[in-house]
Amino acid sequence: MTPRFTFTQAALALAIALFLLVFLVVPVATVMYVAFTNSDGSLTLAHFRSFFQLTLMREAFYNSLYVGGMSVLVSSVFALPLAYFTARFQFRGALLIQTLGVLPLIMPPFVGATAMQLLFGRSGSLNLILGDWFDLNLPIMEGLNAVIFVEALHYFPFILLNLTAALNNIDSAMEESAQNLGASGFRLFRRIVFPLALPGYMAGAALVFLKVFDDVATPLVLNVTDILAAQAYFRITSIGIDDPIGYVASVIMVCASMAALWGSTWVMRGKDYATLQRGGSSLATRRLGPWQGLFAYGWIALVLLLVLSPHLGLVLLSFSKLWSFTVVPESYTLSNYAAVFQDSPFMLWNSLLYCGIAAGLDVLIGTAIAYLMLRTSLPGRRLLDLTASAAVAIPGIVLGIGYLRTFRGFNLPFSDLPFVSFWLIIAFAFTVRRLPYALRSCVAALQQVHVSMEEAAENLGANNRRTVTRIVVPLMAGGILAGFVTSFLTAAVEISATLMLVSATSDAPASYGIYLYMQSIVGRGPGAALGVITVLLVALGTYASHRIMRARSQRFETLQALK
Amino acid sequence: MSRTSLPKNLRLACAALALAFTAPAVAQQQVVIVTSFPKELTGAYKKAFEAKHPGIKVEILNKPTPAGVAYVRESPANNKPDVFWVSAPDAFQVLAAEKLLAKIQTPAKEVPNKIGNYPINDPDGYYLGQALAGYGIMWNTRYLKANKLPQPKEWADLVKPVYFGHVAMSSPSRSGTTHLTVETILQGEGWEKGWRQMLMISGNCAAITERSFGVPDGVNSGQYGIGLVIDFFGLAAKSSGFPAEFVYPSVTAIVPANIGMVAGAKNADNAKKFIDYTLSPEGQELLFDPKISRLPVLPSVYSKAPAGFPNPFAGKIKPKVNFDSDLSESRYYVVSSIFDQTITFRHKELVQAAKAINSAAAKLAGKDNPQAAKLLAEARDFAYSPVVTAEQVKDKEFLALYRNTKRDALKTKQVTALEEHWGNAARSNYARAIDLADRAAALAK
Repeated sequence: MTPRFTFTQAALALAIALFLLVFLVVPVATVMYVAFTNSDGSLTLAHFRSFFQLTLMREAFYNSLYVGGMSVLVSSVFALPLAYFTARFQFRGALLIQTLGVLPLIMPPFVGATAMQLLFGRSGSLNLILGDWFDLNLPIMEGLNAVIFVEALHYFPFILLNLTAALNNIDSAMEESAQNLGASGFRLFRRIVFPLALPGYMAGAALVFLKVFDDVATPLVLNVTDILAAQAYFRITSIGIDDPIGYVASVIMVCASMAALWGSTWVMRGKDYATLQRGGSSLATRRLGPWQGLFAYGWIALVLLLVLSPHLGLVLLSFSKLWSFTVVPESYTLSNYAAVFQDSPFMLWNSLLYCGIAAGLDVLIGTAIAYLMLRTSLPGRRLLDLTASAAVAIPGIVLGIGYLRTFRGFNLPFSDLPFVSFWLIIAFAFTVRRLPYALRSCVAALQQVHVSMEEAAENLGANNRRTVTRIVVPLMAGGILAGFVTSFLTAAVEISATLMLVSATSDAPASYGIYLYMQSIVGRGPGAALGVITVLLVALGTYASHRIMRARSQRFETLQALK
Repeated sequence: MSRTSLPKNLRLACAALALAFTAPAVAQQQVVIVTSFPKELTGAYKKAFEAKHPGIKVEILNKPTPAGVAYVRESPANNKPDVFWVSAPDAFQVLAAEKLLAKIQTPAKEVPNKIGNYPINDPDGYYLGQALAGYGIMWNTRYLKANKLPQPKEWADLVKPVYFGHVAMSSPSRSGTTHLTVETILQGEGWEKGWRQMLMISGNCAAITERSFGVPDGVNSGQYGIGLVIDFFGLAAKSSGFPAEFVYPSVTAIVPANIGMVAGAKNADNAKKFIDYTLSPEGQELLFDPKISRLPVLPSVYSKAPAGFPNPFAGKIKPKVNFDSDLSESRYYVVSSIFDQTITFRHKELVQAAKAINSAAAKLAGKDNPQAAKLLAEARDFAYSPVVTAEQVKDKEFLALYRNTKRDALKTKQVTALEEHWGNAARSNYARAIDLADRAAALAK
């Protein structure tokens, strides 16, 4: 297909650009302009100069890079075996493992770190036992390394999801050819399988890096302040001072995130990852030998035990009546769950609704941008990608304030209700904040689809629209699903923009409820209970969407075969 | 997938839009309250107020204080929240200065004008004291027992080496309540001595937490042994069954937690009713609930207090410090910034210095070595002296730089240059202290 674009595509690009302009660029600009101006409105770059003169900020910047990079490494160690074993071998409960594997994402960061403190902290279960037996205390939850540990446990599903989708997309012919030529074992993985899955891995790795680089909640719960996101947050949330340095830090974070994204695409530039043959012929799953099986199951059990430990802590906490300085809670109760079911079941429904809308819009926009970027030569298509991705580096509180500021003059049509107090604005905030995740997955998925599939369809007389809906989107389905799931899961735990935008308790999502409980002395139990219910509900949703997708792709494959 | 999910979502959104338009027809009387207070407190007031005024629904919007301030500021004029209700006095000062609060008359005339030297109600009439709070020390009894630590009574106790690594506090820039604690110590002990104490306590801290609630939370779970907290955190933890205790040290200040009405409130009448209710004897008595445990501002209701409940009006808590709120306000951002640049952001280095000094002191104990003692004293001076002297902080020009909240290139440059200077000075001081302490320890052998 020669690069070109049609009127429909241009209109689509315009619509997306308009959405991004209204719900991302303008609101953020109304807040971030502080970084570039004096009080009288005159433009200046002096704040940037001041910023770079601060040793603390330079240290924070290096620390952020270090934590981001190391988290990608550690996440890969968790994710690679899980993805490879489950996609590559005949495996009992592969779906279960993949669903369990994404659970960490559903944990609100501040809750996850709290639960980890209960188990691994200075007076956590592990250290209490070690102290009793060996008079030993391991500082697991202290300093930058603790941040890396918690972040890697939290965000490795980004890699797992995208890599699994990519592995499933590889044509088995590639592997068979390699085997015929004598490659096997690790060499086969290193030279053939992994390189072909690279778009998925890079998409996941880029997300982990961006997310960790810009995450503020985890380091703050661990009392780590010498990283850039924490410094920006400290300054933006100081009451009463109009401090431009915090916004300068945010601008620099946006730029660094852009650079990282650009870097990740640059690594893959000029390479072709698309494979041709499709439909029921993805990588052959093989049987594991007894020793291999033991090793694989053992490794997976170990990783799952580790990544699910925050959930274990959360479950214990949710049934605890009192848990203070003991290995496990000393007394148990069901009253925490009773309190939640009495107070806040509507919040769970709100969460599902908002996250569903957000994730749906995200994969729509993500698929569209991926298509425009990789399949057309529409001017400005790269800008769409960069703008949408920039959202990952925008602090939630900045987006929240930006929305209030931008839309405060607007009422809902036909009423005197302000737009900012309408619940849909929370869903839009989720959409914008989680768009980068869905977008990366969609781009990676489309990179694996060979363009000749579309050419074939067009040669057979399908028009552009039909090619997209019948060929491109079904072939991207795995990646789109991965994008939907990441958006949905992570939107379910969004808190910073939510706190800004909730204007009526009845509109609040579950993450707000968890935050609320966790703010009070006796609230940890019910907060944990609400957390557990949210995790279960969202995990159920994830499992269901996997099932639906699997059923659908099977139907698609049968259709293909029949034709 | 995208083909099917769009119409479904659109349909949902449309249905919801339609619903939203019909909603105003059945709109109920309400009062919208922006607060940072925990659910126990807001829930109790919501329930009691709605029972007393059927037909008025209380809508609680819980936000961290900075987000609450921003929410009040950025809300559209036709939908301003009605009541602002948080602990930190600085948040009210900011809102009042921006003309975002309406003046209100106090309904409770018998509330005294001042507690100690601190006015309970805003002298300009923009906000009212609704409860009182003192600052003190809470600890986890199991933690203390397991680590064989003595119970602390005074701030000065917390500088002792025995507590190294067992204490936690928040930062004044993160929490208005911690700011008051720090300012109380600075005013009670004097600038230089106060900072010395502050730095020594911080050197003993396992963490400087980002949220003030992180301290009681960590003490309750046993993560930290001892915390510097506002009284109701300690009292409520104890009455909720946690193995926690709380004391007021003698250098403490009692200050009000406030409530105010938002200017241009959508439901101004209901806001007035709600504020009146919180200050009525009935509303004040709600504070005695063990899960709330705050001190009422109405002296008369203390006759109904549970046994052992502290009464700030009866001399049960004896604050030695006459808190000077003007002084505190004049150097508000300076104190916060010094604390952050030299303690919060350099905590690792400070802790290492404290550790070196403690270990040298332990080696020198009982030995007569004047040279080593001198080195150790120097080490202490380096580690525990503030980077800003008492004279400097009285300098009007210096303070004016921080009082100017406007944003311009020159101001940013000056402020960041100061921060850079303080941060570097702190770091090199701590390094010098470690070096001197190590030398002292070597001599002791």
